This record gives sequence, structure tokens and C-alpha cells, in this order.
Amino acid sequence: MKRRDFVKLTAASGAAFILPGSLLSRQAPSPQFSDPDLRVIADEALNSARMSGASYADIRINRYRNQSIATREQRVTNISNNEEYGFGIRVIVEGTWGFAASNIVTKEEVARVAKEAVLIAKANSVIQKEPVKLAPVPSYQDVWKTPIKINPFDIPVSDKVGLLLQLNQEALKTKGVSFCTSSMQIANEQKFFASTEGSYIEQELYRMLPSFTVTSVNKETGRFESRNSLTEPIGKGYECVDAAALMEDVRLAAQESVMKHSAMPVVAGKHDLILHPTNLWLTIHESIGHPTELDRALGYEANYAGTSFMTTDKLGKLKVGSEIVNIVADKTQKDGLATCGYDDDGVKTKEWHLIKDGMFVGYQTIRDQAHLIGETESTGCCYADSWSSIPFQRMPNVSLRPGRNKLTLDQLIADTEDAIMIKGRGSWSIDHQRYNFQFGGQTFWEIKKGKITQMLRDVAYQANTVEFWSSCDAICSADEYYLGGSFSDGKGEPGQSNSVSHGACPARFRQVNVLNTGRKV
Amino acid sequence: MTQDQAKQIFEKILTGSSADALRISINDGKTSNVRFARNTVTTSGTAQDTSISITATFGKRTGSYSVNQFDEKTLTEAVKKAEELARLAPEDPEYMPPLEPQTYLPIHAQSPDTEKFSPDSRASIAKECVGMAGEKSLVAAGFVEQGKNFAMIGNNKGLFAARDSTNISYSVTARTKDGTGSGWAGGGHTDVTKLESSSISKRAIEKGIASMNPGEVSPGKYTVILEAEAVSNLLGTFGFRMDARSADEGRSYFSEKGGANKLGMQVFPEFVNLTSDPADPDAPGAPWGEDGMPTRKTAWIENGVVKNLRYSRFWAQKQGKEPVPAPANLILRGGNASLEDLISSTEKGILVTRFWYIRDVDPMSMLMTGLTRDGTFWIENGKIVRPVKNFRFNESPVAMLKNIQLMSKPVRIQNGPFANLIPALKVKEFTFSSLSDAV
Repeated sequence: MKRRDFVKLTAASGAAFILPGSLLSRQAPSPQFSDPDLRVIADEALNSARMSGASYADIRINRYRNQSIATREQRVTNISNNEEYGFGIRVIVEGTWGFAASNIVTKEEVARVAKEAVLIAKANSVIQKEPVKLAPVPSYQDVWKTPIKINPFDIPVSDKVGLLLQLNQEALKTKGVSFCTSSMQIANEQKFFASTEGSYIEQELYRMLPSFTVTSVNKETGRFESRNSLTEPIGKGYECVDAAALMEDVRLAAQESVMKHSAMPVVAGKHDLILHPTNLWLTIHESIGHPTELDRALGYEANYAGTSFMTTDKLGKLKVGSEIVNIVADKTQKDGLATCGYDDDGVKTKEWHLIKDGMFVGYQTIRDQAHLIGETESTGCCYADSWSSIPFQRMPNVSLRPGRNKLTLDQLIADTEDAIMIKGRGSWSIDHQRYNFQFGGQTFWEIKKGKITQMLRDVAYQANTVEFWSSCDAICSADEYYLGGSFSDGKGEPGQSNSVSHGACPARFRQVNVLNTGRKV
Repeated sequence: MTQDQAKQIFEKILTGSSADALRISINDGKTSNVRFARNTVTTSGTAQDTSISITATFGKRTGSYSVNQFDEKTLTEAVKKAEELARLAPEDPEYMPPLEPQTYLPIHAQSPDTEKFSPDSRASIAKECVGMAGEKSLVAAGFVEQGKNFAMIGNNKGLFAARDSTNISYSVTARTKDGTGSGWAGGGHTDVTKLESSSISKRAIEKGIASMNPGEVSPGKYTVILEAEAVSNLLGTFGFRMDARSADEGRSYFSEKGGANKLGMQVFPEFVNLTSDPADPDAPGAPWGEDGMPTRKTAWIENGVVKNLRYSRFWAQKQGKEPVPAPANLILRGGNASLEDLISSTEKGILVTRFWYIRDVDPMSMLMTGLTRDGTFWIENGKIVRPVKNFRFNESPVAMLKNIQLMSKPVRIQNGPFANLIPALKVKEFTFSSLSDAV
């Protein structure tokens, strides 16, 4: 019997003849898990689920550690550490999902909670019209860790506070700067996954975000202007904190926050745009990342996050962008916030195309939805933000591939007659099917005859996703590649947060609608 | 967790700490939900969690540590870690000493019927909706969420407060199979017996059908009828923005030139009254704010005048004012009209069911952008005449309040354990800046 058939049979029959890990897990030697007791507890949960009638079950026993430090001017406004520990059990009973979770990690509690998950699945089975079908997955016994060099929790709080206060002090040296806030967020996930299909996977993930905001208040005009750091969150250890680079950016931010007061208001209308990757990553996230989520396209998110204009009938047929636009999903990307070894379905992560030569060619999928578009395997996009959250489809790292021909940002500017260059993440909003979006930025620069001429203000660009990506006529080459990202991307009911990276090079877009957002009320 | 159990943990921790000041908060709750889409159940479950946050202070140095495990070893270590963080922290020049014991208003936020609501009962709401949608050839996606929560806050100066709450919420989006129509409705309450789930499902389905094949209306300034949900969406962060410090520092809509603020100024029409009241029987609010400061009935905008801004304890002391905690909830006093009255009084206008993806564009003017969604209709001669395509708006809630022409009776908008009371509004000159093809 092939493994795929075996999985189908066990899932369909619901038979409780196989104990978790008793067959498939013997295929490879077990790795060294950090806490062998977790496997014992996991087996107890999976057995309890099986004995209660589950045809499939998995458990995640997870510990989360977060540290948050916030400052303003020469004051520390918050130092807090948070630790959460607990487990969540998913079961399939009568073709229906059930889930239950608890913060009491004992053998007795996991057995009880597994039964509770089964009861929930049974209650919901009365409205089940599409029995859950899981794409097959090999069983894995593995340990995966974010390859960090310096554990951020090992760095004394005083060092972190010292750096943040230095940044604030540096900003406040600039005449016209009124305030500076800065913060550091550190996240660590320790995850243990086990399933009735024989997988036992331990993972440890790290993420970091140092950031600041410089504000300049002009008391005469009554206006204030801010410039946020261009630093991005990243899937690394404390080695990502480059004090010199942060200091350089805060000096520039201080100058630019003051400059904004006298910047020229933009003339609304069609403009060519050069989008710096510090801005473009968010446009990629919203206009390509979200609409290529299969659960949205199928209607699973219709009541909250919305659906998608990239419907399943358009896969392989819809031209989304110009020929030079290639966008890949990648859960293995170096330093990516969504990078991990295995997703929360126990699927090994990988890289694949969403947009190839401008054509929509791929979705982000999970095990229980892949078959709905005729796929035979999941792309590994299942994630839950807590032990108490239900895993569902979340975005992998989604990045724009660099242009194939050598092109630096300076060369791109020199090649541009009349445009606006936008840096940094500003205001952002997009409709619930991902057609119409509006983005601001941190700084806006007029380009005339191949040169940056002056700073602009009150700029937002508003476009339709397909028109926008179709107007892309230049993408800089790999040496300009930059990894941006979001520490917190919301989706689902109840709401869950996901961290995700987006790489890009500077790119040019022709004749995009630009608004002047200046307004008096 | 009961109040007695929480108090026992609280007192045990107090005795184990050497900190000058110690603040503890405990949150204990169970949330359960059913999620459905494509007329079938999708992900559903339940989660039980209890967390404790310990904030220790030595002199003016403060650190916090939170955990969700309650064994003696974890709690002892958490206290130690909070104390370690506090010792490492620099002195806080804005540190305020812990509050003495306070009195709190009772809130109406608990229902035994909601506690007893079972997985079968949750599933029955979804089942009825899916059945109703199927009969009309619509596809429904919805969410039923039920919660039971206990929260407490206390400190080593004798302050102690606790509250219990329950809540249930239900919302559904019904879409036509051809993808040209979509309707939303939702509601929530402390008490499950007050949740009119059938009527919510019916409204969403009717809107879904009525919104099929929308026509285009050019972007521009229009008179709009904003349903209570849409008003609530736009006012979502309004209470947070009514902050004296950011106004005094010159970085808020409520700032005035030269370091002044808008307190006492007539900014809105005389009929605009915005209050908060934790003890309102129709809308429970948070009974305490910063550091356990008790919330009271507070007028934020009275007869169009900015009556109060939030003053943190530090900022109040610095400015010689009384501290004012953040709004416990939001109550925008409406009028006596019905939603139908708002529509029938409108010669030409646009009805908006709800907004989506609202983000700041200019914090100084509170200019925001976002989109209409799930039921946008053209009104002519007092009647809804046809569905229209969704719009992107660029508008400020300040302008919305200034341009009110008519208000309905307020509607309860549940927000977790608490609730707001918000009316539907008829507003002139609302700015739609572009069309969206999204349905």
C-alpha cells in the first residue's frame, strides 16, 4: 500500500487501530527533542482523541516568550516580558474539525481536552457539507531552529534600553525635533507538533523589531510631522541590531521630519512612481500576498478578511503584471519572519511561484484545502499564532524577484524623466477582494530629468492591483535587494497575527493615480 | 476563576515580594466559537486560559512579567523576574505611586444563560443561517463567538477590583453565487437570550440579494446614511485620540496652536453629545483604567463642546488637572429617528452598511481612508433604489460628526465584554475618492 492510500484509508475509516507514532515514526531515528516528556504528553492526547472517535488528530504544545521595551525621549515607558505556555488539539470526527486548548499541560488535561475537541467536532458535524480531506504528508521526526547567532533574551535589558535612549537623544539633537519614541520587540516560539500520522516536530523561531518615530511640531503653524524608522522586523537573533545603521537612520529621520514642514504639496494626478523596497514590500503584501491565499479565494474569509479577485478559474490564465514581474512565496527564505522548517500541519516548507512572468500561477495552500483546486499536496502555509488558536492558512514570505539586468537605484533614477520616489511604510488600505488600494509612505521625493529635486508631502497612491503591476516597467537588480516585512498581519475570526517578510528591489511604475491628502476639517 | 481564588493568589504573591510597589492583574477566560463558510462549518473550537501580569517597582524603577502558569515555582520566578527587570530599569521621571483603595461602579456584563450556551447551541445558529442562505441560493460565511471572562487588578497599597463578564457575538456575510452581491449583518450582547440571531441572518441574506449587480456612481461628495456599524467603524479609535497629553504636545487633532488644546471649544454642532459610562445598563464599559483608576460617567463632547480629554495621572499632576481615565465605552447620543426615517428623508444619497480597512492618512485632521463593503445602495427620493459599487473614502470622523444632519436611536455595538451605543447617521458631503470593483 502506498503511503498516500494509507493516509486516505485511515482518515476515511476513522478506525482507532493505530497508535500515534507506533508505525510510521519508526521509519527514522528520533532526533534529540529538548523535552522528551512532551512526546509522552502528545501521545496521551493523540490516543485520547483516537479512542474518542477522531480519524485524525494533532497537538501543538507551545511556549511563547516576548519582550517589549518602549521609550520616549529620555524615559523608559515600558519594560515587560511575557511567557505563555499551553497546548491546542485539533481533531477530525465525522469529517468535521474540532479544536480545544488549555494552558494546563498535563497528561490528564490533554486527555480531557482531546475529548472536548471531539465533542465540538460532533456538534458541528450537523452542518458539515464538505467532509474534511487532508492532502497527504510524509511523517517527520525533526528539530528545526531559526539560525540565530545571538539569543536576544541573553542581552541585558540595560543594553537594549541604552541603545534606545541613545537613538532618542541623537534625534533630539536636531533643531526642530520635538519628540522621539523608540522600541524593541523580541519574539520567540518554541513549538512541539505531533500528529496521528506519526510526525513529531520540534521548532524554535525567533523574530526581532527595533524601531523609532521622530516627531517635529511646528508651534506656529500648529502642524506636526513624523518620520518612522526604515528598519524592518526580521527573523534573526540580536545580531540584526546594527547600532550604527540605526543611529544613521535616526539622524536622517530627524532631519527629514523637520524638512517635511516645508516640503512641496504634491499635485494630484497621474505620476510615474519609483517605489523603494521599504515601501514596495507592503504593496506586495497587500496586493499579491493576500489575494493569492486559497482560503480567501474559496470564500473561507468572506465574513472578515474578504475574498479574492484571483478566483480559482483564473489560475494560470490571469495576467496580473508585466512580463518582468515574478513573485515567489517562500517559507524557507533566509531571515524571513514566516520562515520555519514545517508548518502547523506538519508539512515541510518550500518555495514556489505565485506570479511568473506576470501570470498568476500559484496559491498559498494548507492540507485541508489543496484538493479543492486539484492539488495533491499542500504548499505548507498553515499557522496558528498561539497554542490556543486554531491553525489556518497564513501568508508565507512573498517577494518580488530582482530584475534580470543590472540596474541600480541611481541608474533607475537617472533613467526617469518625471516621477515621485516613495520610501517607507505609511498609511495603507486595500479592499476586501484586493482590487483597489491606497498607500502612503514616510518620505516622498520629486524626480525631474533623472535627478532628485525636492521633498514632496501629502502623497498617497491609489490604484487597481492588475493595472498597477501591469505598469511596472523596471525592477532593479539583486544588489539592491531588501527584505521588509510585518511583525503583525491580522486575519481570521477570532483574529490571529502572523509575521511575514517581503523582499524587493526598487521598481518603477508608470502613470499611477496620486492623491493630495492635505485636508482641513 | 472566582474572586476568592484570585484574591488568594494575589495575596500570596504580595507576601513573596520585596518590591516597594507591586501591581498584579489576572485575566481568566474561556472563549468558544463556530466559524462557517461556503455554507458549511470550517474551524471551530474552545480555549481556556488564565494569565497573570506582575509589575514590580523599586523607587521609581519598574518592570513587568506575565505568565499563564499558576504553579508555585512559576509564580515565584515571575515575581523574581519582574523585580529583576525593575532593578535593571532606569528611574522613571514620570513614575506615579500606586493608588490607594478605590470604589468601582457595578457593571451589567454577566449572564448565566450565556455561560450555559453549549457547542450544540452555537452550531444551531450556524445551521439555521446556512439553511436560510441555501434556500435563497446564497453562500453564507459567519462567526459565532461566546466568551466568559474574569479580570482583577490589585496592588500592595490595598487596591483591589474584580469583574466578571460574558459575551456572545454573531456576524454573517451572505454572498450571491455569481459573486455580484454581498450583504453583512451582525450583533452581540452580554446575554445570549438578547441575541437576535435569526434576524441577523435574515438581514444579511436580504442585503446580499438586494446588492446584486451594483451600478456605478461617480466618486465625489455625497450625503450618506451610515448604519450604526459603519459609524462605529469610523469612531473606532476616536476615544483613544481624545488624549490631553498628545493634544498639549501638538500632535493631535485636539491640539491648538502654541501648545494649547481644544478643551472647552465648540468644535461640533450643538446636538453632538459623546459620553462614556461603565454602569450603563445597555452598554457595560470597563470599570477601571490606568493603574486601577475607577472609570465614571464622563462627558467627552457636550452639546458640541470638547468637555473632557483623557488625563493620565502623571499628565494631570503636571498640568494641575484631575486625572481622567480613557473612555470606559462610547455612547453617542442619537435622535429619535429610525434608520428608515433617515433613508426616507434623503433626496439623493448613499447607504453604507459597513466600512473596511480603515487607516490614518493624516493624524492632524484625523483624515482616514477605507472602503465601503457588503451592502452599499443608492437612495433617491427617500427610497433605496439600487445597489452601487463600493467606494474608497478619504474622510475624517471629525468631519462626519460636524456634518451630521439626522441621527437614529443608538444601537448596541458589542465590543468583547463591553459595548458601545452608536446611532446611524445621515451625514452631508462625505468624500468618496474612487470606486472599487470589490463585492
